[in-house]
Amino acid sequence: MQVLKQQHNVCANDFAMAGAASAAVKKTLNQLGFPSAFVRRTSIAMYEGEINMVIHADGGTADVEIAEDYVKITLTDKGPGIADIDLAMQEGWSTASESVRELGFGAGMGLPNIKKQSDELEVISVAGEGTTLIITTKVNEQ
Amino acid sequence: MKLKQVEKILDATVCTNFPYEDIEVSAACGSDLMSDALAFGEDKGLLLTGLNNPQSIRTAEMMDISCVVLVRGKEPDESLVSLANEKQIVVMRTDNLMFTSCGLLYEAGLSGGKIPYASS
Ligand SMILES: Nc1ncnc2c1ncn2[C@@H]1O[C@H](COP(=O)(O)OP(=O)(O)O)[C@@H](O)[C@H]1O
Ligand SMILES: [Mg+2]
Repeated sequence: MQVLKQQHNVCANDFAMAGAASAAVKKTLNQLGFPSAFVRRTSIAMYEGEINMVIHADGGTADVEIAEDYVKITLTDKGPGIADIDLAMQEGWSTASESVRELGFGAGMGLPNIKKQSDELEVISVAGEGTTLIITTKVNEQ
Repeated sequence: MKLKQVEKILDATVCTNFPYEDIEVSAACGSDLMSDALAFGEDKGLLLTGLNNPQSIRTAEMMDISCVVLVRGKEPDESLVSLANEKQIVVMRTDNLMFTSCGLLYEAGLSGGKIPYASS
């Protein structure tokens, strides 16, 4: 299989559309016949990352690379960045406001769950400049 | 458990427009916070929530969950129902509170998910 590349814009001003990029990737992975458990964990990881770009940054882009035995998702935003990545990776740690919690997010479980669902996770962030998340899931692991 | 049974047990109203009666669910999770559902939920299950926005459907979609039950008497937003119809995820509403809804289904034999972080 040739490596397939997709790019999706993630818009921050339409909360109803948040998750649309992850849904599109999930659809592609299903159409390509990847195992359902693999598709599920890949989608969950991307969705949490996509939601983070919507609620914590000002949207961004998702670059997706689909190969025969792995999927690599690069989420890039120009938001406020993460000052302390180790802290952000801890379960329950969140800077989300009450209004975000009313939308169903902000439990501080997103990044830890991305880590759990994926096989490799790289978080690159500079405070004041933005955040890049590189999430890789591998078909034959977990 | 079939969704027609869930509907009856919860005295619920189905809000989506496609056949649902014979869809089977094998477990359920209840949360208003989608990240909790995404971290602890089960697939082939049912999501009970008070979250009345399309992200409850997105969450169900990512997790391969076939039915979202909106608890506490909320009338689902149109945006939620239209996304659910598009994604073929059943939406029901019930007047029952979260605890009662979960209790009724549990009593009828629907189980919760495994505890993923339990030690040994
Ligand atoms: N793309 C991002 N830009 C800026 N900050 C982020 C981003 N993603 C995560 N964070 C920070 O990391 C924290 C933890 O993220 P997460 O585990 O997803 O929990 P939650 O989103 O529920 O707060 C967030 O509260 C936020 O402070
Ligand atoms: Mg998050």
